[in-house]
Amino acid sequence: MATVEVSFTPLPAHVRTARLVATAVARRSGVDEALLDEVRLAVGEACSRAVEAHRLRCPAEPVRIALTDAAGRFEVEVTDTCSDGGGAGGRGGNGGQPDDTDGGTAATGQPGDAAQPGDSAQPGDAAQPGDSAQPGDAAQPGDSADLDLDRGLGLAVIAGLADDVRISETPGGISITMSWPAHCA
Amino acid sequence: MDLKLDHHTKDGIEVVNVEGEIDVYTAPRLRELLIELVNNGYYQLVVNMEKVDFLDSTGLGVLVGGLKRVRAHDGSLDLVCTQERILKIFRITGLTKVFGIHDTVDEAIAARKAEK
Repeated sequence: MATVEVSFTPLPAHVRTARLVATAVARRSGVDEALLDEVRLAVGEACSRAVEAHRLRCPAEPVRIALTDAAGRFEVEVTDTCSDGGGAGGRGGNGGQPDDTDGGTAATGQPGDAAQPGDSAQPGDAAQPGDSAQPGDAAQPGDSADLDLDRGLGLAVIAGLADDVRISETPGGISITMSWPAHCA
Repeated sequence: MDLKLDHHTKDGIEVVNVEGEIDVYTAPRLRELLIELVNNGYYQLVVNMEKVDFLDSTGLGVLVGGLKRVRAHDGSLDLVCTQERILKIFRITGLTKVFGIHDTVDEAIAARKAEK
């Protein structure tokens, strides 16, 4: 069982709340103060991605975060919970393939990183099926390009920050699990 | 903490002061401001991030988008930032090679003037 679980409506405004909760639980779990910024940012990135995926596919369903403190690790799992089984459909669309530039910059930043999320067969594909369809965005010509860039950068940032990253496909979409060392008090 | 934005002209360069958190919720406001400045003919920008508490990839995307827009007019977008936790995000993503990052607004302006 997770130590703390949070479910929230997939709106950008709530990503901050998720970050704050994750940081608080990480601190309580004994994650080193110096790593808390990394936890905060990586959880924010994972939640932003999930919010985006939900807004495109299932805006009525919540994003779920499970924070677990066990065996000397603090683990965060951010899970899409779309009940339309959209994970496979999103992959078929191949809409949100992070572009080459992003992958390249991530590789430059983290030459020795074993936890590149790319390992698990293009997580970006299933994550962002709609590509430039951005509900509620005032359609500026350059915006969709900016947003595509954000998506690739988000995964690059997670890969660069989390000590350990696993990305898997679930019936509801994508699940990103990250963990950091914790020294329980 | 919410995002606060203001801007003023200094030595012919538009300085944008950003304060607070730039994330998936607030970044659209920064994007709108940068677009508005470019649409109004400001192509030499310095974004002062000294009071930014948090920056995520959405914010990075907005800054890169702003850079792209000013460059389309032969302009520039330089950053002011000395906070290690913010700089780290630029390093992880390789964007330190894309932006001029300076310690102070005056230094950013001086560097830009020297390039002209």
